[in-house]
Amino acid sequence: MSTLSFFIKNQGQILQLTLEHLWLVGSSMLLAIAVGLPLGILLTRRRALSKPVIGAANIVQTIPSLALFGFLLPAPWLGERADRLAITALTLYALLPVIRNTYTGILGVDPGVREAARGMGMTDGQVLFQVELPLAMGVILAGVRVATVITVGVATIAAAIGAGGLGEFIFRGVAMVDNRVILAGAIPAALLALLLDLLLGLVERKLTYAH
Amino acid sequence: MNEAQETVIEFRRVSFRLANEHLLLSDLSLSVRRGETLTLLGRSGSGKTTTLKLINRMLEPSTGEVRVEGRSTLDWDPIRLRRSIGYVIQEAGLFPHFTVERNIGLVPQLERWAPEKIRARVHEMLALVGLPPERFLSRYPRELSGGQRQRVGVARALAGDPPFLLMDEPFGALDPLTRVEIQREFRALQERLKKTIVFVTHDVREALLLGTRIALLEEGRLVGIYTPGEFLHAPDPIAATYVAAYRAGDANSNL
Ligand SMILES: Nc1ncnc2c1ncn2[C@@H]1O[C@H](COP(=O)(O)OP(=O)(O)OP(=O)(O)O)[C@@H](O)[C@H]1O
Ligand SMILES: [Mg+2]
Repeated sequence: MSTLSFFIKNQGQILQLTLEHLWLVGSSMLLAIAVGLPLGILLTRRRALSKPVIGAANIVQTIPSLALFGFLLPAPWLGERADRLAITALTLYALLPVIRNTYTGILGVDPGVREAARGMGMTDGQVLFQVELPLAMGVILAGVRVATVITVGVATIAAAIGAGGLGEFIFRGVAMVDNRVILAGAIPAALLALLLDLLLGLVERKLTYAH
Repeated sequence: MNEAQETVIEFRRVSFRLANEHLLLSDLSLSVRRGETLTLLGRSGSGKTTTLKLINRMLEPSTGEVRVEGRSTLDWDPIRLRRSIGYVIQEAGLFPHFTVERNIGLVPQLERWAPEKIRARVHEMLALVGLPPERFLSRYPRELSGGQRQRVGVARALAGDPPFLLMDEPFGALDPLTRVEIQREFRALQERLKKTIVFVTHDVREALLLGTRIALLEEGRLVGIYTPGEFLHAPDPIAATYVAAYRAGDANSNL
């Protein structure tokens, strides 16, 4: 059976695992943004914290993914469900680019512009939401894009702990020494990464002021 | 007290030092009267911008106090204080992600004016600084020349109709011809608007042309305050240096 006909025959399962994959990536990215964006903003206000926090996020990224899944396995609430565990680990991975880009993006805003904003009588919140975040948006979204692409890749390994996703095909294919099965996981994963990158690129262009 | 003589901004023995103890301003005392234009003249690094920022509490005095409308700036809510003081920043400081319209309408928007009122005000301000609204409203600052940016900076500072105006070398980036032109327009504007203005410049000619009085700063100290007439005959050697430069410039332009 050719790879193509294998794909067609298994399209239902490919679709289901792709959706699972998307669920893992989507929820961990939302969590990473929900945590990383405020944290990155906080670091620009408490710069002394930036070294230890970004350093810690850096260290997390250097832990091999399989090992990170393993480390989290005995954790009480997390270890109960494989997808919970996977999403936590993926969030930890995605955190660094989000925090770092938020931090450097905001610090990169022209100090003269920030000064003007304060001088016009903007409150701290208005400076943040009307000036700093919009001007840093390009850099922040670039971080989100990088994190998303990384997460799509790392999420294939989540199948090793039974969290599902396209990694199922890859691990199964490796075990069966069947390239068609490996490709049934690898190709949709690669396409997913490209697609999300493209989509976020569009969002970036839409939300960034200078085209 | 005579209305025209009423002091509305006052420095009382103000000094300002950085966290590293470096002294930027020492023992500065001066007062600005309602409706006047006080020019702060001094060379680069003499403390002109620092003096302005003490007025709208972008900086706080290390000793002494700055009073606006009879109240120490430290007793003002900084947001309220700044919204009642128009601020034209050195190098314009426009928001690069806002159109000209949003830049100028910023303070009215912060003050929650009705949208139609903001629009009308923005049109009025653009016309006031000599930029045809229909051509400039939807441009971004990067689509303007340096001089146009400075005009927008002035329009933005005026939009909220603040009683005070701080202007930090607002015409610095202009060629001499445009500069003379915009100075003349500004004088006419002054007559009409009757704001209390503190105007920073390092150009003697500009200080003499626009100031009802001139405060001369040198290395963070006040050398003296003069009317233009007094300044031209001031006995102080530093003032005399400026006057000599001014007369030399005059001689050149008469060649
Ligand atoms: N935050 C700061 N840190 C260190 N030095 C500063 C700071 N702010 C101002 N200075 C120094 O204080 C002095 C006065 O600065 P200020 O900006 O008031 O000068 P100025 O008269 O406005 O000069 P210019 O005409 O060049 O704008 C300068 O020597 C400047 O280098
Ligand atoms: Mg200055």
